[in-house]
Amino acid sequence: MSKNNLILYAAILIFGLAAPFIFPAFKVQLSILCVLIVLAITWNIQGGEMGYNSFGNILFYGLGMYLCASVQVGMFFPLAEWTESGGEKTFVHTPVQFFQGMAVGLVVAAVVPTIVAGLIGYSILGLRGHYFAICTLGLGVAAGEISGGIEIIGAGQGFTTPPFPNIGSLEARGEFFYFLSFFTLVLTFIAVRSIYSTRFKLILNAIRDNEDKAEAMGIETMKYKIIGWMISAFFCGLAGGIMGGLVGYIDSTDVAFDGREMGVFMVLMAILGGKGTLWGPIIGATVFHIFKEGFWTFFLGWQYVALGVLIVVIVIYFPEGIMGWLREKYPERFGEIVDEKDRKAQVELK
Amino acid sequence: MDFLVFQYPMITVQACLDGILLGILFALIAYGMALQWGVMNIINIAQGDLVILGGYIAYFMYLYGIHPAWGVIVAPIIMYFVGIGIYKLVINKVVDRDLFISILATFGISILFMQLMNFAFGADVVLANSGYGTTMLFDSNVVLPNSKIFSAFISILFAVCLVIYMKKSKLGRAIRATAQNARAAKILGVDTEKVYAATFGINAALCGVAGALVSITFTIHPYMGLPYTIRSFMIVIVAGLGNLPGVAMSGMGLGVFEEFADYILGTEFRIGSVFLLLVLILVYRRFKLSKKREYLK
Repeated sequence: MSKNNLILYAAILIFGLAAPFIFPAFKVQLSILCVLIVLAITWNIQGGEMGYNSFGNILFYGLGMYLCASVQVGMFFPLAEWTESGGEKTFVHTPVQFFQGMAVGLVVAAVVPTIVAGLIGYSILGLRGHYFAICTLGLGVAAGEISGGIEIIGAGQGFTTPPFPNIGSLEARGEFFYFLSFFTLVLTFIAVRSIYSTRFKLILNAIRDNEDKAEAMGIETMKYKIIGWMISAFFCGLAGGIMGGLVGYIDSTDVAFDGREMGVFMVLMAILGGKGTLWGPIIGATVFHIFKEGFWTFFLGWQYVALGVLIVVIVIYFPEGIMGWLREKYPERFGEIVDEKDRKAQVELK
Repeated sequence: MDFLVFQYPMITVQACLDGILLGILFALIAYGMALQWGVMNIINIAQGDLVILGGYIAYFMYLYGIHPAWGVIVAPIIMYFVGIGIYKLVINKVVDRDLFISILATFGISILFMQLMNFAFGADVVLANSGYGTTMLFDSNVVLPNSKIFSAFISILFAVCLVIYMKKSKLGRAIRATAQNARAAKILGVDTEKVYAATFGINAALCGVAGALVSITFTIHPYMGLPYTIRSFMIVIVAGLGNLPGVAMSGMGLGVFEEFADYILGTEFRIGSVFLLLVLILVYRRFKLSKKREYLK
């Protein structure tokens, strides 16, 4: 089993590293896919394992996006003049400045949302059920509306991130962002996988199944909930920072705090794949992204209508997701011991 | 940011009166929300989009030369059937499931409605001009559009009618019984399925009335739905389920808060401040409840 796993991981890693050279035309799409998978995995820590259905992880994503771009610009040039000029070529980053700024920016983009999550966690995570869901929805929209009114980060007209410096090769930009996002994905996966193999995951599951009982058993649930949220925030912020550089333009409500798109996507991807599983969000994000890119062009202009219908259909008819469906179909593969007689009887009952 | 509010007391009066008239309208939407939340245990994210749809019905009547005030009669009738349709297609499949499922499903409906309205009616900000003029108070220092007074009056009228209907009629009794205990009501011969459908329809009809009033007094736009949902959610959690005077009071309070936020922080932060207030109220509620839990310990 573990040998098979090793081969699987190695195959995926090699494929991931080779992908931009096999499909050179899809580099940007592949980078976006990596970011989407990161978002789905981090949402799953709350929604799937902890039972806290958050619409507000978009807050950390947008925060990371703005922070990374602001640091990258602010380290070398006056930020206010940059946003006022709309990113015109008055200031140009040299390659060294660009990469230095990006590195520092990404660190800030990951650390600050983590701190924010820790600070607001105590207040927000005390809410239960739908109050938590609506409160986080409010947080995301409030962040979008407020950042849309702040002058120094471009207010309503948006923020152009520094253009990629000319370092010889035309392919360099796509490859840089692909490997950055793929590296983040690998990092996220390793971190989440190692977390899931410890007692921490069991505690999160205990919180999901019955929080009061978990507390009565002597688990400091609040501490673990906050730590879980901070882990999510760390990787969400990182993903946001990368996405800001990749898109090249930040708008408060349409790109950064885009609750209507990205905020719903991450929930939808995790549910489509199967929440509460390690591989579910990854499969869900991949299927969703392929579906979205493949069919969005047919629905040109109607994509939000399709999205709305998709949400309703998935939520009503397919709430257990792909992994849940597989688990029901092939329970042996998931290490569940099945009584053959019992199973046959159940099939007959159906 | 300017503090004119504190220098000229008349602006304070203006903001308070505006806020109260606005708040009565919010309270009407929140009443519908409280009704379905209490009866079906569903939080409808698409509430605001139903309001906007009702607004477009009045707007189209205005375009075809009928006075938009008639919208308050036509819109609820159309919206009642829209509500029943939504119930039959989606809501009846999520009623007894996890609350998050219903939130997500209605979120999907909200996105769907937003975009369909965007296609059907265009992305322009529109309003239905009622031509009611204005009323001047206090030596014309305070200006109140008559349309706002009209909308507050109609909201109160509909709310009172609905309260009487819920108290006196057979369906109203069935709805109240289902809200108290759906299973017991079923045993005693109440067709809860029908009650749920009717509740959702009544909620949609209330949204239709409110929407028609919104299109007369303010402006409507396909994407402006979500703030109305959040406002009504906020009013309901502040007032508590089934507390009608509380809904009216907290509705007015929210209206006044918004007007002051508008004057003090500026219009661009108006919606943001509403959402921030929601977060603050929920956090306050959480600490209050956790204190109560400590007493129990």
